[in-house]
Amino acid sequence: MSWIDIGHLNDIPVRGSRVVKTPVGCVAIVRSSETEAYAIGNTCPHKQGPLSEGIVHGKKITCPLHNAVFSLETGEGTDGHQIPTFPLKIEGGRLLLDGASVGKRSAA
Amino acid sequence: MAQKLIVIGAGMASGRMLEHLFEQGGDWDVTLFNAEPRGTYNRIMLSPVLSGEKTYEQIETHNAQWYDDQGVTTRFGEKVVAIDRAAKTVTAENGDVLPYDKLVIATGSNPFIIPLPGHDLEGVIAYRDLEDTYRMMELGKTEGSSAVVIGGGLLGLEAAAGLHAQGVDTTVVHIMGHLMERQLDESAGYLLRKELVGRGIKVLCATNSKQILGENGKVTGLELDNGTVLPCDLLVMAVGIRPNVALAKEAGLATGRAIHVDATMQTSDPDILALGECVELDGMLFGLVAPIYDQAKVAAKTLVGEAAGYVHRDVSTKLKVTGCDLFSAGDFAEGEDREDIVFRDPARGVYKRIVLKDNKILGAVMYGDTADGNWFFGMMKDGTDVSDIRDTLIFGPAFQGGASGDPLAAVAALPDDAEICGCNGICKSTIVNAVKNGAHTLADVRATTKASASCGTCTGLVEQVMAVTLGDDFVIPAAQSICGCSDHTHEDIRRLIKAKALKSEAAVWQELGWKTANGCHVCRPAVNYYLLADWPLEYQDNLQSRFVNERRHANIQKDGTYSVVPRMWGGMTTPDELRAIADASEKYGAKLHVTGGQRIDLLGVKKEDLTAIWDDLNAAGMVSGHAYSKGLRTVKTCVGKEFCRFGTQDSSGLGIQLEKKLWGSWTPHKVKLGVSGCPRNCAEATCKDIGVVCVDSGYQIGVAGAAGMDVKETERLIDAKTEAEAIEWIAAFMQLYRENAKYLDRPYKWVAKVGLDWVKDTLSNAEERAALNERFEISQSVYRKDPWADHVKNHSEQYQPLADITLEAAE
Ligand code: SRM
Ligand SMILES: Cc1cc2nc3c(=O)[nH]c(=O)nc-3n(C[C@H](O)[C@H](O)[C@H](O)COP(=O)(O)OP(=O)(O)OC[C@H]3O[C@@H](n4cnc5c(N)ncnc54)[C@H](O)[C@@H]3O)c2cc1C
Ligand code: SF4
Ligand code: FES
Repeated sequence: MSWIDIGHLNDIPVRGSRVVKTPVGCVAIVRSSETEAYAIGNTCPHKQGPLSEGIVHGKKITCPLHNAVFSLETGEGTDGHQIPTFPLKIEGGRLLLDGASVGKRSAA
Repeated sequence: MAQKLIVIGAGMASGRMLEHLFEQGGDWDVTLFNAEPRGTYNRIMLSPVLSGEKTYEQIETHNAQWYDDQGVTTRFGEKVVAIDRAAKTVTAENGDVLPYDKLVIATGSNPFIIPLPGHDLEGVIAYRDLEDTYRMMELGKTEGSSAVVIGGGLLGLEAAAGLHAQGVDTTVVHIMGHLMERQLDESAGYLLRKELVGRGIKVLCATNSKQILGENGKVTGLELDNGTVLPCDLLVMAVGIRPNVALAKEAGLATGRAIHVDATMQTSDPDILALGECVELDGMLFGLVAPIYDQAKVAAKTLVGEAAGYVHRDVSTKLKVTGCDLFSAGDFAEGEDREDIVFRDPARGVYKRIVLKDNKILGAVMYGDTADGNWFFGMMKDGTDVSDIRDTLIFGPAFQGGASGDPLAAVAALPDDAEICGCNGICKSTIVNAVKNGAHTLADVRATTKASASCGTCTGLVEQVMAVTLGDDFVIPAAQSICGCSDHTHEDIRRLIKAKALKSEAAVWQELGWKTANGCHVCRPAVNYYLLADWPLEYQDNLQSRFVNERRHANIQKDGTYSVVPRMWGGMTTPDELRAIADASEKYGAKLHVTGGQRIDLLGVKKEDLTAIWDDLNAAGMVSGHAYSKGLRTVKTCVGKEFCRFGTQDSSGLGIQLEKKLWGSWTPHKVKLGVSGCPRNCAEATCKDIGVVCVDSGYQIGVAGAAGMDVKETERLIDAKTEAEAIEWIAAFMQLYRENAKYLDRPYKWVAKVGLDWVKDTLSNAEERAALNERFEISQSVYRKDPWADHVKNHSEQYQPLADITLEAAE
């Protein structure tokens, strides 16, 4: 894996989300609690709603357009929808996204 | 000639008696004295007033206006000091001597004050009337204040829970081994104590008080027998009541512990009746309203010479502390000839106990789950033989197999004389008849029969009787929980947030037992709204608990871009504003659409550009139009008298004033206004949430209109004479809606639930209106500001991507 520093955990409000632009498209970085965050595909398979604008609850996020609910851990959604998830880790508050998984050939 | 009737005391007993008397007709010249400076109110609801769940106005039953309308001469705030039976006169405090043909004594009782040293210090009070209640509420306004309540019975605990809800550090001192020992056995008492302690109320049982300590004549604490001192700013004694008999005794009426009456409520003097807590009948005293209401009925009949007699019936008790669900009836002392059936569910905090003798129910206590209380109580009163169902008895009617598992079938099977409303002694047939005579809503049934109009705990049962009688025409308002995260309904949550002073989302989740860690997209926006509406100064609006549109202060579009609608006050605009909109449209590639709300929508703005376009619009003096909010949207106006040949008032001017007052406020659902200059109604005011139609004589204010998924004309709230009056009423209506409605109920849905009459009654009270306006302004001191400017300044980074790693990828 090739970890890329994409920002600080505190750049995202608790139970909020922001996007990172990547070669595979927008990835939503979702902060589910004070200390946890996940990286998921930002686009809802239903009608392309921007998931980063959804309400975050527990380890789930609800699409802002028509309320499909997705697991932040597995990407599994209601009605059989599925979104990709990406490896993300937090070190000393820094958010590190796995570059390889989002189409980066080498680490920066 | 009219008979002169003098009534002493305007409490719950006499209020009800006079109501019956006037229903019966007859020619009476009534004078009503009351030591309290007010008319009759539902004393038993003082506790919800204390805890903040109700206001005094909501518990008034017969106010000065009501008595006025009945032609009663009221002398409120005046005591009767003597009765001269020979001369048939009473003497008022100011020396007036008034003759009577008939006299009714309904002086209630006095709270008992234990004569401990220090009991006469300032700050030692009882819990009996509105003054006591306000005194306790006042204490809550001082941060860090504390109170001691002596007495762990019904009243003491309601006082303690109320004080606690007001933020007062509260300790209960109770002499007996467990709380409410007269109504509860030890186990139930234990559960109750656990609940109260869990809330933060301190409870000391089996504890004696030694003396009340004071400084400069003011209470400072309570010293216990064991020497411990409990410091306090207020000491409430709730240790019992003593019938108020002095007046009767001095007049030479027969008295024992209270004024002796016979079953017709006559005292030893044939021209004097007495009823309520001040009487003794067959050796019994009365301290609950159900028997007292029966007495009121009898007394009214006796006065007109109709034969009637009081028949004693058993009563059951419920504690009116929100969240403490307990029920108690009958006798549950242990005894050799008695059998106990006990059911415990420690996990749910449920305890039920039935005491049987000769296969009949003698008493029932339950805590935690009291739904079946009335079922047991009914069998107890009827002396039903329960041998056949003994084994499953404790599980309640649902387990008795067959049809009775269905609550409606069980209600249908109840006999006609089954009691439904305990407080008012209303039986099933009375409700059924009222429904058959046209009372098709709960409010109608309450108004015609009084069922569920006192303590309200039988509301569900009344609704079931209505459902059984009306069949498909009546849908029981389902007690639907807010969402899967909680079993509470929206209404309960609103109430509990106020009552338990819950001021954060975490407090709501924890205290109300949320089943999920932090809610979901359904409950969070609702809870966030309730919190900010109830605690505007303390609670910090949480953007993460808002739907996208309200979080981003713009409407999200199907392609993920946003639309931006600046406010155009009252639909008026200027060349400068139009130029700024034109410039912004070009700069950010936004399409323009003239909305149905008299303003312009800039469509298709990228999220990253939102703060920039707002900054540009702000620079031209424009602010957010809140086209995305559950809050004030547009105030649509017509040109009015300034331009139009038919205009009667300055409709656009009034619309702008209203919009400037109301903008920025959050509401349970969106609110739109319209102001038309004459009844031609070009601003379509009669289908808005709030609409004003100007006429020559002033302003006709209508509310609860709709023109979306439903279409409905507004209903008239009031005709205001001046602009100022119109604005005051409208702001008060907004605040009443903000404080009471369920999240996502538009005003027309909410008004349909509470009834326009209630809204009108509440708002007709000038003091209440002023108080609503004041609370609205407090909230507006936080929210009447442009969220766009705020986000440009404080949150702009949230509109940008966290990072862009596409570029490096191309290397
Ligand atoms: C922009 C506008 C249409 C237009 O171009 O004219 C509009 C646009 C939307 N309306 Fe509306 N409504 C607009 C006037 C109306 C009106 C007419 C009016 O206000 O005079 C109504 C009927 C009156 C009423 O309020 O009920 C109206 C009844 C609704 C409803 C149904 C509400 C109801 O309780 O029945 C919704 C759905 C909702 O709010 O839950 C809705 C919801 C919406 C939403 C916010 C749907 C959404 O959640 O995305 C639309 C946003 C579109 C967008 O991309 O920006 N819109 N909408 C109008 C903005 C007015 C303004 O200046 O603020
Ligand atoms: C906080 C609280 C909670 C309660 N909860 C319940 C409950 O849940 N269920 C229940 O059934 N009961 C409850 N009760 C008891 C119930 O309120 C009383 O039983 C009922 O109010 C008694 O009615 P009354 O008319 O006899 O007396 P009151 O309602 O006390 O009326 C007597 C009136 O007479 C006036 N008066 C006295 N002397 C004079 C005089 N010389 N001249 C003029 N006026 C005079 C007094 O000022 C008073 O207003 C509660 C009581 C309190 C205080
Ligand atoms: S009527 Fe309103 S909600 Fe429906 S498509 Fe038009 S703008 Fe959207
Ligand atoms: S686009 Fe996400 S639910 Fe429809």
